[in-house]
Amino acid sequence: MTQVTVTRASLFATCIVDQMFPQVGVSTVRVLRHLGVEVDFPPDQTCCGQPLYNSGFNQQARRLATRVLDSFDGSEYVVVPSGSCAAMMKVFYLDLFQDQPDQLKRAERMATKVYEFSQFLVQVLGAAQGEDRLGASYPGTATYHPSCHLLREMNVREEPSELLSRVSGLTMNGLPQAETCCGFGGTFTIKYPHISEGMLADKVENVSASGAETLVSCDMGCLMHIEGALRRRGVDVQTRHLAQILDPTKPEPGS
Amino acid sequence: MADVKTQDFFAASAVSIQDPILRQALIKVGTGFDGARLAAIEDVTPNRWDEWREEARQIKIHTLDHLDYYLDLLERNVAKAGGQVHFAADAAQANAIVAGIARSGGVKIVTKGKSMVSEELSLNPVLESIGVEVFETDLGEYIIQLAGETPSHLVAPALHKTKEQVAQLFSDKLGLPLLESIEDMAKAAREILREKFLQAEMGISGANFLVAETGTLVIITNEGNGRMCTSAPRIHVGITGMEKVIPSLQDLAVFLRLLPRSATGQRITSYVSMVTGPRRETDEDGPEEFHLVIVDNGRSKMLADPELREALYCIRCGACLNICPVYKKVGGHAYGWVYPGPIGAVVSPLLVGLKQAKDLPHASSLCGACREVCPVKINIPRMLLHLRNELAESPDPKTNAATPVARLMARGYAWLMSSPALLSLSHRLARSLQRPLLMLPFSPLTKGAGGIGRVRLPFLSRWTRAKDLPLLPPRTFHEIWQQELSQTARRDT
Repeated sequence: MTQVTVTRASLFATCIVDQMFPQVGVSTVRVLRHLGVEVDFPPDQTCCGQPLYNSGFNQQARRLATRVLDSFDGSEYVVVPSGSCAAMMKVFYLDLFQDQPDQLKRAERMATKVYEFSQFLVQVLGAAQGEDRLGASYPGTATYHPSCHLLREMNVREEPSELLSRVSGLTMNGLPQAETCCGFGGTFTIKYPHISEGMLADKVENVSASGAETLVSCDMGCLMHIEGALRRRGVDVQTRHLAQILDPTKPEPGS
Repeated sequence: MADVKTQDFFAASAVSIQDPILRQALIKVGTGFDGARLAAIEDVTPNRWDEWREEARQIKIHTLDHLDYYLDLLERNVAKAGGQVHFAADAAQANAIVAGIARSGGVKIVTKGKSMVSEELSLNPVLESIGVEVFETDLGEYIIQLAGETPSHLVAPALHKTKEQVAQLFSDKLGLPLLESIEDMAKAAREILREKFLQAEMGISGANFLVAETGTLVIITNEGNGRMCTSAPRIHVGITGMEKVIPSLQDLAVFLRLLPRSATGQRITSYVSMVTGPRRETDEDGPEEFHLVIVDNGRSKMLADPELREALYCIRCGACLNICPVYKKVGGHAYGWVYPGPIGAVVSPLLVGLKQAKDLPHASSLCGACREVCPVKINIPRMLLHLRNELAESPDPKTNAATPVARLMARGYAWLMSSPALLSLSHRLARSLQRPLLMLPFSPLTKGAGGIGRVRLPFLSRWTRAKDLPLLPPRTFHEIWQQELSQTARRDT
């Protein structure tokens, strides 16, 4: 059987991946290409505007959101390796532009195109069904932290686990109180460090209790937050974005 | 109105989060209340639970869309049953109405059932100032009244106290020996309060629901004290917010299923009391007078704002507190006013003034757990975002609380992120400086296992208090894409 349909997708890398964790972007591209997706990367992209939106500065957030709408205007799909940024683009842009009918129309169009990475793999590419096409292997034990916006704004619950269950050599351990926020919350961790740290301490304890060697998530914000505490406390658990676990080609350029 | 300390949230939460007794109590909130709630939902099945939530939400939407109609219907039906409805625009008016009823009835002793609205109004001191003795009769409320404190949870007001603290309190204030068991303490309180129920000329209750078509006040309790307050004294005054009205007894059914399960995981509370007017001629007992005080106190402002109207759907079950990771760290008192937790972070700013409570809408990681558990599906995170927007951008200087620094940072961030070239340049600059900076003596950066250990710079120092910060990578993703990935041909497998 010959397959003629080619899926084209544009990558929105997110500013945190671009600036802090480019290897996650690299793995995202590799996984997508491995699954036969034609990936492009609109070079004008920066930030989705969420830090401004969460701080109440909607006017400034609209400036950045408008740039995103412009950059991805012609895209068929927009794949985002972050539940939080995807939620901003899929859910919160609709609120942000609710009083601007023209922009709202564009935001509504955007909302239909935006997919978080694991969501795209499972819902669009069907990568968790049938014969394994991922070809991923990751020897060791891992546990999965479901990030809040992925879970509750994007409603992506099972997709990451379905993908992880297909990784050869990987044993998944349960994470106690998995669905409790890690305390990152973007600007929240800067605004209320003492509360954020209290929440983080619980998360780190639960990660340790899982007994896993690697903590996997779909959001680098949460992972940077949790990893910061793991390193500070000398806890020997590594953090990885889901795309890095699924990456069929290692080693990574750019590292 | 009750004392407002919402402006002290940062400092108060920094203290309360260190309190070991509070921490233990708050852990129980999660395992106890929320665990019981989850079990109750499993019991009825999550699908049916969601149907009930939607039904309840639709009733709230409908009622609040036609609130004037239903309040009018309620008033007529209360009057028909022989009672009297009083509308109070604010706390002062509500308190004056209740004080007036007490004065004209020659009231010396009042017994009170649990009422968050009366806490909101600070009713007790007003009654005490005219020489009325007020006794809270809900055990938790009685405890905090003796201690001179305020509730720290919507459903369990004395949650922050251990039984040892309560034993000490009963010993200090009531002259009792140090009691060991909770049963003994409850028994001691019951003996004292039973006498007061018999002496009181007036009983005050809150209301969980007001049924418009019958003029009925509904309260649900577990201790039976509420029913004593509404039936034993000569005068019964019900006091509640105007959003508590629902159209019919038929509508009540779904709320009676949702509220106890959401609050404590109970299928039904020990008592469901439905009060329609004062004692009728054929009744054996009951109050001679029934007054219903319906309080606005800022609620019509919420009603008028389509972004915030949802907050009036709240049935005060406390489920959002029991799931909230912030509430479970800092406890109720840190919020600085009567209503704590996620719903309090919305309601308090609206009732006490947004600027006065400007820290509360930010006291959330926006994790959305509150919205997920809410029995009437209130989108609390969205309202918090709306309030944050008001605080940052409102043209009204009475509402706008953005500092010049915050405004400048927002502008600066948007400006930087509007230019990929500028962003790239700043990355190059920062990454070439970071390693030399780590070597320098007296540097604002120090090494850590995860890259950077401490940063002595504004804002970033708050990150590095308890966690390391990674070093910037040698290349951004933009650079890697340009240099390598864009040229990589798609490899079919």
